[in-house]
Amino acid sequence: MSHISQYLSAEHYHCDSLFAETENAVAESRWEQATSLYDQFHRETEQHFQREEEVLFPAFEQTTGVAAGPTEVMRGEHRQMRRLFSRLDLALASHNAEQFLGEAETLLTLMQQHNLKEENVLYRLASQALASEAQSLIDKMQSLETSSLWQKT
Amino acid sequence: MLPIGLSFQQAPPISVPLRFFLTAPLFLLAAAIVLLAAGPELMESRHSPAALAATHLLTLGFTSMVMCGALLQLVPVLGGVPLLQPQRVAWLVHAPLSVGAASLAAAFLWNLVPLLPLAMATLAFAFGTFGIWLVRALWKTRDGGASIRGMRAALAALAVTVALGLAMGATLQGHGPTAIYARLAMLHPLWGLGGWTGLLIVGLAYQLIPMFQLTGPYPTAIASRLIPALLLLLLARTLSGWLPEAATSSLSRLTDWGLAAGYLGFAGVTWRLLARRRRKVPDNTLQFWRLGLVLLALSCGLAALLVLPGADTLSASWTLCLGVLVLPGFVLAVIQGMLYKIVPFLTWFHLQSTYPGQGIVPNVREIHARFHANAHLALFAVALAFLAASCWVPELSRVAGLLWGVYALWLEINLLQAVHIFRKVRRVAIIPMAH
Repeated sequence: MSHISQYLSAEHYHCDSLFAETENAVAESRWEQATSLYDQFHRETEQHFQREEEVLFPAFEQTTGVAAGPTEVMRGEHRQMRRLFSRLDLALASHNAEQFLGEAETLLTLMQQHNLKEENVLYRLASQALASEAQSLIDKMQSLETSSLWQKT
Repeated sequence: MLPIGLSFQQAPPISVPLRFFLTAPLFLLAAAIVLLAAGPELMESRHSPAALAATHLLTLGFTSMVMCGALLQLVPVLGGVPLLQPQRVAWLVHAPLSVGAASLAAAFLWNLVPLLPLAMATLAFAFGTFGIWLVRALWKTRDGGASIRGMRAALAALAVTVALGLAMGATLQGHGPTAIYARLAMLHPLWGLGGWTGLLIVGLAYQLIPMFQLTGPYPTAIASRLIPALLLLLLARTLSGWLPEAATSSLSRLTDWGLAAGYLGFAGVTWRLLARRRRKVPDNTLQFWRLGLVLLALSCGLAALLVLPGADTLSASWTLCLGVLVLPGFVLAVIQGMLYKIVPFLTWFHLQSTYPGQGIVPNVREIHARFHANAHLALFAVALAFLAASCWVPELSRVAGLLWGVYALWLEINLLQAVHIFRKVRRVAIIPMAH
């Protein structure tokens, strides 16, 4: 029952680690390493967003009939985080550590409260509502990995 | 399919928590003024009129004020339960809590017994409203994890603390047996600090420390057992008073040691988690937490020593010092750490939601930089050291009062920055939209 929740929560934890490593590298002005870590962090976070937006949220909305509820709030927060990513892009490109760390800390707080809402509420509801199709949804989310969705951003 | 009422609203308006956060430092300032005015007189005993007034300005006006505001903000997020009519709940808690804290402090300070009914009624109303709201919110969240369980336990302890306080108020007005007053006076701070405040901080730490510092989670044994164990110890300590005298002293000593060991364990585990955090970037709020944990560990050690056989020959200064280490020490440090994390984020979050993509909203680090928080932390440490020293050298208490006054004003000015930034961004944002 909790497969969906475990799968997506594990991605949160993984992205948190990448975030911390990126932030540490910027704080120590290891720019080359920071750039590659940031790329990975950004790419995997975006991939996670898309797994939710393209697979989980539509399935949840269809099954529960609720389109203007939690999923809409989560989409809105994804938009806010994407805006922060574009500011991080700029700060990284200009090697502006102070700017980067400021936007990064803002992203961290937003991201953590977002993850909390997803893990405490949305994933639980989704795991219940979508129990019968959990495995096929996970497969579908997994297969997004190889697509070129990344290019869309 | 969905639980009724799960509309998953965004966080409540920023005015909901902010009114509590902006009021709290004013009560801290009032406590500092009491200390400044009363000086050595306050330090004579923790039961001196000025000490009781200052203590309640801190516990009700500062600590509970911030905690209520923070919970009105956090519980809907942590538990996924939207806050119904947030403005009204905030108003119904904030106004009576302010009146209650002020009138109770005045009643103690100037021995104004006629003010007690007003204080009791307003405080009962404030905590009653808050409690009903929190019960509804917390019980709607099924299995919210260790953090939610901590809040439930803290809420139960708050109910006991308020009931004990009301009973003391009734006794002072001549409505109850005076014989039990001393026992109530011992239990009331125990439930208030060791229960409501302590359990709430533990419960919040379970969630906030791993979340914002990217540490590992608290060990399951601590997360699932510590809070019930502390609650049981508080109950046992309370009931021990009704046992035969010989049993009372040994059981109360054991429960006191148990409580000290439990909180010491929490401090140790939290310190270890922080030492191994994945983020390495310096964070001022973390320094407040670290100082708070050191003060908690010292408090636990001192509390355990003070119940040793024969410790009653020690001077009352040690008991007073324990109070200083716990209340303006541990509790204030941790609350301060939380405020400096929450307020910049809320400011950013609400502004950014209103004016997305305009690039005019300062990020949390830029907001935090305006606080000069490291210097503020240093002042905290100095003010606390002077207060602790005045337990033995009461002449220092006025200097401590002055330092705390500056500290409180500084905090108020920092928190007002949120309002200032709001106004400034709104001004800048509206102009381009008008064209």
